[in-house]
Amino acid sequence: MTDMPDTTLTGDPSHDAPGHEHGDDAAGYYTPGAPIADTKAPGGPIDERWSTRKFEARLVNPANRRKLDIIIVGTGLAGGSAAATLGEAGYNVKSFCYQDSPRRAHSIAAQGGINAAKNYKEDGDSVHRLFYDTVKGGDYRSRESNVYRLAEVSTNIIDQCVAQGVPFAREYGGLLDNRSFGGVQVSRTFYARGQTGQQLLIGAYQAMERQVAAGTVQQFTRHEMLELIVVDGKARGIIARDLVTGEIETHLADVVVLATGGYGNVFFLSTNAMGSNVTAAWRAHRKGAYMANPCYTQIHPTCIPVTGSHQSKLTLMSESLRNDGRIWVPKKKADCDKDPREIPEQDRDYYLERIYPSFGNLVPRDIASRAAKNVCDEGRGVGPEVDGVRRGVYLDFSAAIERLGRAGIEEKYDNLFDMYARITGENPYETPMRIYPAVHYVMGGLWVDYDLQATIPGLFVTGEANFSDHGANRLGASALMQGLADGYFVLPHTIRDYLADGPFEKVDENHPAVVEARKSVEDRVAHFLSTNGTRSVDSYHRELGNIMWEYCGMERTEDGLKKAIDLIRTLREDFWRNVKVLGTAESLNQSLEKAGRVADFFELGELMCIDALNRRESCGGHFRGESQTEDGEALRHDDQFAYVAAWEFTRDPDSESEGMGAPVLHKEDLVYTAIEMKQRSYK
Amino acid sequence: MRLTLKIWRQPDAQTKGAMHTYELDGVSEDMSFLEMLDVLNEDLISKGEDPVAFDSDCREGICGMCGLMINGQAHGPEVTTTCQLHMRSFKDGDEVVIEPWRADAFPVIKDLVVDRGAFDRIIQAGGFISVNTGSAPEAHSVPVPRDDATRAFNVATCIGCGACVAACPNGSASLFMGAKVTHLGELPQGQPERDARVVGMVAQHDAEGFGGCTNIGECTAACPKEIPLDVISRLNWDLHAALRHGH
Repeated sequence: MTDMPDTTLTGDPSHDAPGHEHGDDAAGYYTPGAPIADTKAPGGPIDERWSTRKFEARLVNPANRRKLDIIIVGTGLAGGSAAATLGEAGYNVKSFCYQDSPRRAHSIAAQGGINAAKNYKEDGDSVHRLFYDTVKGGDYRSRESNVYRLAEVSTNIIDQCVAQGVPFAREYGGLLDNRSFGGVQVSRTFYARGQTGQQLLIGAYQAMERQVAAGTVQQFTRHEMLELIVVDGKARGIIARDLVTGEIETHLADVVVLATGGYGNVFFLSTNAMGSNVTAAWRAHRKGAYMANPCYTQIHPTCIPVTGSHQSKLTLMSESLRNDGRIWVPKKKADCDKDPREIPEQDRDYYLERIYPSFGNLVPRDIASRAAKNVCDEGRGVGPEVDGVRRGVYLDFSAAIERLGRAGIEEKYDNLFDMYARITGENPYETPMRIYPAVHYVMGGLWVDYDLQATIPGLFVTGEANFSDHGANRLGASALMQGLADGYFVLPHTIRDYLADGPFEKVDENHPAVVEARKSVEDRVAHFLSTNGTRSVDSYHRELGNIMWEYCGMERTEDGLKKAIDLIRTLREDFWRNVKVLGTAESLNQSLEKAGRVADFFELGELMCIDALNRRESCGGHFRGESQTEDGEALRHDDQFAYVAAWEFTRDPDSESEGMGAPVLHKEDLVYTAIEMKQRSYK
Repeated sequence: MRLTLKIWRQPDAQTKGAMHTYELDGVSEDMSFLEMLDVLNEDLISKGEDPVAFDSDCREGICGMCGLMINGQAHGPEVTTTCQLHMRSFKDGDEVVIEPWRADAFPVIKDLVVDRGAFDRIIQAGGFISVNTGSAPEAHSVPVPRDDATRAFNVATCIGCGACVAACPNGSASLFMGAKVTHLGELPQGQPERDARVVGMVAQHDAEGFGGCTNIGECTAACPKEIPLDVISRLNWDLHAALRHGH
């Protein structure tokens, strides 16, 4: 982009970086750049900003809409809902997904529910309280205008989904039921047993298929976006690979929307789907879109523990289980290998209830996860030893089964209990579940303004792929809310202001920018198929994931992060020289698909470590060992770090592996007018 | 444990396929079935052989992307998806036969990967409620009896994996259609389009080359989400009603 760095810190990052004398751990790893700010949110009272923006956003008349082409990549809640809505409005939509059907996007796996400020329980909820809880839950690292809007449109989402036939749980009177979720003290979560994401996604999918039938949406399944086309500074299309035929295709449009989800799979083991990846976002980043707060990773406290080195992914048990399950470990190390049912009450440590009496088992995810890590680090974990440590804590339903009966628990959680039994071979109705934290969601993502537009004009980013709403930690049941808010109710209004200047001049397929984008994709494919090395893509991915989990996981330190950066760089160079991809470019080739994704994960992983290194404070999901209180709680430093770190990609022509240079850091100051910044306390 | 795997290999839709035999050692009972195939693929890659192509994504039993015929049964011996099947269901020395979904309407793309695009086209033909974004009434304006909502939910759990079709000797997708017609037909919001929905979906189903239902019940036995057979009665009843109404 055009912002020039004001200072350049020199020095070879691979050698001893002069960190402390600058008061900046990441000194030498990046270049400071000019500040950045959102310019689209109107001023004035926070509860009037969205109405003002919707009114000020220019309109596109219905006859012109069909002359405008919109590319949407991804068909989860954020992409599917946007495709349906923009199709209904009459635009020409092209929708892309790598799966064989839009209905399979990973939003489908979300279990617990979706928040909305309906206040049906009359328990003191309101738009303002949902806004407050979300900003606080995010540890005061999100942008307040965006979060307020999210809370504001949340109620429309429930109306829309009910009208589509989403079978939410209901009470006997026929009205909608709610439950409570971590980090809040009201019941505002709407749910469909443990399959809320599935039901919401099928609603969005059906709405989108209706538009396919109507001819406004064209769907491209088993297609993967591999490059963004930028012409005269504007996003004008994508290069995609047809995963079945291997054909490299050029798709041009007036605007491009990325709804491509999160990048948790950089850790190899996560609760993400096998195919979830960062490639679309990373290719946009390489073309000039800033990546914001990439180190903010959510490690979800209630996942099924790892069993061995064959593990391909981790499975989440919905956080809603913490409503009824009690978390504990033995007080004595000697009890850790005993049958939990034989450990008497007085020898159990219900550590969340002990440390956080007012929120107990319902503390936010980051706090619950770190507490589990701490008790396991102390040697009080349970379950089988993996690499010499027991990494598990009990989630016990015996009290709830006594209170509600087995039928009452089945009614709420049967699919989760079945899934647990299937994976572990143990019956959770009889013996406590064992759980451990796992990478689940990323709050970081491409930087967007209030309109959800990235730093490349004409590129919009929605859902988990953007950074805007969850700060440093996302509350449970808010991912579904954000995906649908963005796709149904926000993007369709903001994108029209951009499209009001269109249709833009047609781009020729032979335009140098198109030819260059296409060639870079073809070169990459050719490179992977000709390397003829000795190691499989998965083996590199697994090793990268280990580095990330070890040094950029639940606790990060200056030394660990610097070590991780060195390890990643070495492994990345080896990957480019020595990866082994068999088969051809002209057919379904799953190793080839994975190679491209892992190549991008390598660069992302390095940026995540640099971002984590720069942020010498603990906030939300980002815990720096150097920044904690005396009793081990996270310590934020608002005086130094109340900013969004927006990173600009730079190229290093001397590097073999596609040339990632030291990134440029642009800071967006976080200013709160409607809420006071406080240290979080859930005690 | 040690297994003998007989796997369908087919380079692409045009080329004829064949069964290939592989010996695999060191399989742990904690592995999922697909992790077992991951291990086989790592082994094949190290020997310079093309890995076996198969579909999977969430590996949590909810996205519906995976699906294999295992020893002649869709998703194998347990009532679950292939990704949730674990190796503790097998024993040392077993021979395991692995094939793609078998149905004319699901052509093979490569090895164990098939094209299920026909399911999307059936949904396009009516499997939705027409409500544009922003035009929905307040959610509590229409109460839905709890039992109706529960019945709708129970069949809305269909994951569109296609096991019902693969298990059916006729290659029928009646269970898939019945689940959608029942889900939307149980709810007040689904009533206005109820006739048009069933007529459109059934016509598309037949055009795609799926077979008719002869009440064999293999579909419901293979369904990982245990969609009951009576959704097909509901499908027939709704279809007859629609025809009676002049559709």
